[in-house]
Amino acid sequence: MTSARDRILVRLKSAPRRTMPERPDWAAPRYGEGRVTQFRAMLEAAHADVCEVARADWPERLRVILANKGVSRVLFAPATATGRQLAEAWAAGDAPKLVPYDRSIEEMKAVLVHEVQASVTTARSGIAQTGSLVLWPTPDEPRLMSLLPPIHVVLVDKGNIRDSLAETMQVEGWAGSMPTNAVLVSGPSKTADIEQTLAYGVHGPKELIVLVIGDDA
Amino acid sequence: MEALKSDFGGKAHVALNDPKLRANFRRAMDGLMAKRAAQFPDAEEWKTLRARGAAVRARALARLPELLEQLEAKLTANGVIVHWAETTAEANAVVLDILKAAGVKRVIKGKSMVTEEMHLNAHLEANGIRAVESDLGEYIIQLAGQAPSHIVMPCIHMNKAEIAELFADKIEGQTYTENVDELTAAARRVLRDRFADADAGISGVNFAVAETGTLVLIENEGNGRLSTTLPPLHIAVTGIEKVLEKLEDVAPLLSLLPRSATGQVVTTYVNMISHPRQPGEKDGPKAVHLVLLDNGRSKVYGDVELADTLRCIRCAACMNHCPVYTRVGGHTYTFTYPGPIGKILTPQLEGLDCAGDQPHASTLCGACAEVCPVQIPIPDLLARLRTEAVSPTSLAVKGGGSGRSLSESLGWGGWAALYSSPRVYRLSARLLGLFGNWMPAWLPMLRQWTSVRTKPKFAAKSLHQLARERGYSHDER
Repeated sequence: MTSARDRILVRLKSAPRRTMPERPDWAAPRYGEGRVTQFRAMLEAAHADVCEVARADWPERLRVILANKGVSRVLFAPATATGRQLAEAWAAGDAPKLVPYDRSIEEMKAVLVHEVQASVTTARSGIAQTGSLVLWPTPDEPRLMSLLPPIHVVLVDKGNIRDSLAETMQVEGWAGSMPTNAVLVSGPSKTADIEQTLAYGVHGPKELIVLVIGDDA
Repeated sequence: MEALKSDFGGKAHVALNDPKLRANFRRAMDGLMAKRAAQFPDAEEWKTLRARGAAVRARALARLPELLEQLEAKLTANGVIVHWAETTAEANAVVLDILKAAGVKRVIKGKSMVTEEMHLNAHLEANGIRAVESDLGEYIIQLAGQAPSHIVMPCIHMNKAEIAELFADKIEGQTYTENVDELTAAARRVLRDRFADADAGISGVNFAVAETGTLVLIENEGNGRLSTTLPPLHIAVTGIEKVLEKLEDVAPLLSLLPRSATGQVVTTYVNMISHPRQPGEKDGPKAVHLVLLDNGRSKVYGDVELADTLRCIRCAACMNHCPVYTRVGGHTYTFTYPGPIGKILTPQLEGLDCAGDQPHASTLCGACAEVCPVQIPIPDLLARLRTEAVSPTSLAVKGGGSGRSLSESLGWGGWAALYSSPRVYRLSARLLGLFGNWMPAWLPMLRQWTSVRTKPKFAAKSLHQLARERGYSHDER
């Protein structure tokens, strides 16, 4: 007996052959010097908060932002460079409590689903055209960090902001290196399912805070 | 499911007389059309981007069988388990088997039109598995016990007040409120626990990339990401036509889909899944399955012209711009896919004998083809399906020929005979001028026309006659 797979493929292969059109020329937009401005404007239009901040200063800046929001428990990735910098800077004083994502989700589910109020992750790059952050989760910075807490803080290097998705895929060689999961994030979670009225934070983060890290900013 | 038959005329009559429904659709479609238009201000950009999008889809279809094999091989190498199903019943059985083998009792679902096509929820329910929809719109219509009326915005037929009432009635502890933020928060509260206690997540797929073995899912809410990340098991279900050749092909299509659909430059999330959880990773499903559903698509593929239907990326721009859809709403189409894309897809999947009236529910105005981001010639395909319904030219269409009727054949036969002989034409024109108005309105074909219109009146003298009397002459023998 043949399988469903074989029968489907036989039908498809017995169909008349067709000509393959070429891919006609198309180029995604370029922004030159205006790249960061475009990136920022698009994210802000999508209801994200964007701060440009120097590499040494971001933990303190973030501490103030989160303090103003009354955040007391922050999920972080203890084994990443960003996580280490954060832990060091927040060790002293009245910073929010840092909760490490250091065990599997099965052991941490309750904490992640209900307890932490914010999380801090990094983005591999940014995309100016659409105001998107490229998240490339790793064992040290897992997938759910950017999804379950009500506030998501993302660090992106100014130098890693590119013009378009097409450029990013090509320059970074994605086709040969797709990870378990890669995500583009372009704002806080939202819906317009009820009478086309925008509402934020339906399932994912209600707030997205983007820290654009520069060596000079 | 077998018993489903399209009744466009009957349902349209009811919908047209429902002012609330019409207002809900009118408001929504006007908004969506304006938002889309604002996304494509540059005609040149639209032209080149759309040509690229159409070519990318046409290329993928031209190599469909090879690409499906490549996709399967890649995904398998990535650790994703691939299944094939010829029919919706087979696909339901495949999903149920996977769930049963894993001892799953509770499923959380991301939005998926293919699982609507399969009526998967009902099948799981009948087998003791509870599947909760987590897209807000899908959640709302699941609470209401309804089917989606739009492929992108499932509960677009309902207004705030109806949703407020539904929530107050069905969600424990919820009081009546029309505040959209509060309604959204109520759904978040309920669904968060359903995400946390789900044993499996089921989702659809927007693009399946053969080159890398990557499943691309786009959404705004995060429910799709949660459904595919939090539970220990993920089952993705897709039609076989969703495959793309290369990862780079995702870029132009992503630039077309959300802009065409909701007038967004990009969706909040673009979720690209290539592997199950790898050793050392702390979250993500430990097992990922992909179910490839045929359900008639490989038959559609057999006809080179009609196969253009399979280019569709499900943006819904065609329905948003359709003057018919806007007035009658999605439920009038009976089957899963409404609007212009439904009118060409449904008769091919279900058969012209079940949905033969749908290609006729169109004025062929061409608005759908004008906005289609992958250039599907929808009006041409509607016309082709009308032809297939009466005189099949291809074996590709299920139920071809089922639309033939004796009175129509006789009518057209008579008309052809009349118009091909000048003498017979002149004689009948004269006779109709003298006696035509005695023709009763209940005659076949005339009956449908006169049910909503006054019967046309024959003039006492034909145009030819009048012209001759005024001294105009032509080359008549």
